[in-house]
Amino acid sequence: MPSTDSVRPSLPKRLLALFTTFFRIGAFTFGGGLAMLPLIQREAVEKHHWISDDDILEIVAIAESTPGPIAVNSATFIGWRVAGVLGSACATLGVILPSFLIISVIARVLAEFSSLKPVQYAFYGIRAGVLALILKSFVTMFKKCPRRAIAYSIAAAAFVAAALFDVNVLIIIPACAVVGLISSLVGKEASEK
Amino acid sequence: MILLELFWEFFKIGAFTFGGGYAMMPMIEDAVHAKAWITDAELINFIAVSESTPGPFAINMATYIGTSQAGWLGAIAATLGVVLPSFIIILIVARCYEAFKKNRIVKGCMSGLKPAVIGLIGATVISIGMTVFFAGGFDPAVFTSTAFYGSLVIFALGTVLAFKKVHPILIICLAAVLGIVAGYALNLPIAG
Repeated sequence: MPSTDSVRPSLPKRLLALFTTFFRIGAFTFGGGLAMLPLIQREAVEKHHWISDDDILEIVAIAESTPGPIAVNSATFIGWRVAGVLGSACATLGVILPSFLIISVIARVLAEFSSLKPVQYAFYGIRAGVLALILKSFVTMFKKCPRRAIAYSIAAAAFVAAALFDVNVLIIIPACAVVGLISSLVGKEASEK
Repeated sequence: MILLELFWEFFKIGAFTFGGGYAMMPMIEDAVHAKAWITDAELINFIAVSESTPGPFAINMATYIGTSQAGWLGAIAATLGVVLPSFIIILIVARCYEAFKKNRIVKGCMSGLKPAVIGLIGATVISIGMTVFFAGGFDPAVFTSTAFYGSLVIFALGTVLAFKKVHPILIICLAAVLGIVAGYALNLPIAG
């Protein structure tokens, strides 16, 4: 293998490497989100030297403060670093293609078998299991909530608005962002005085 | 035009979901209710499928709902919709990410968005709980039905295992087996 640090491979080679690498990442990560970071770290940092360990932390910070799935955020970002907009496109296509193909098949299989009695019973049990998984994920996230009155109030307000009053999420999200912005600006001014 | 609707609904979901994964459930629920694409029970069934297959939750969801509504083209429209906002935003941010990272406005907004996502996932727990336990609407008769207590036992067991950090796929498989056993043993009625 040639030293990739000194000689940069040609553009088509980089694009192909981005596509195949992110295809593997998409195909072998279950649960999505942060679960794919170790794999991204191994492939993009250790194997291809596309980015550094520090960049991984940057990517997490950026992915968390921009909308959309973390997989797509990191694929777009790393792709851009390696080969510009085309690189972003190849990496993103790579990371979504495995899901796309697998689910397209599963959606058809589900439609075929979902009326069978054992399948219905299995999903009856599975729905209760999924509720347990989401409850666990909620508790995990709640423990990471910043321990400040304003953060707890925003969480409670978003919960009440969505659960009790069925307020559209498109209203809740921007409203909470504005409240957070105002409270941080006011807090900053108070601390500067 | 179903393709355009799929694209647009999933574009909104992609543009307004921070934190990924379950954080997008409330928006997917909103869209699915408004458009009557699939039932609540089907949506929860599919969360389990998504947990047990590789790839990001958002892509799985978009492909599934897209396929169910309009086949291959529907899957492409919905997936493209959910991916495009991140793609565009990251291309912009990647050019000036030092400034973006330190920006006070971005930081301020994030300090509101993080707790908002926690509250929204809490609301998802409630709405999924309603579907699991009171699928036919809230009715006191539910408390005398064997299906209710079957769900309760599976949910309690699943919660204990989840907090003991048992892998989600294992919990889903176990819940499926228990569902089949309980279904035949109690001769549960098949819900629509």
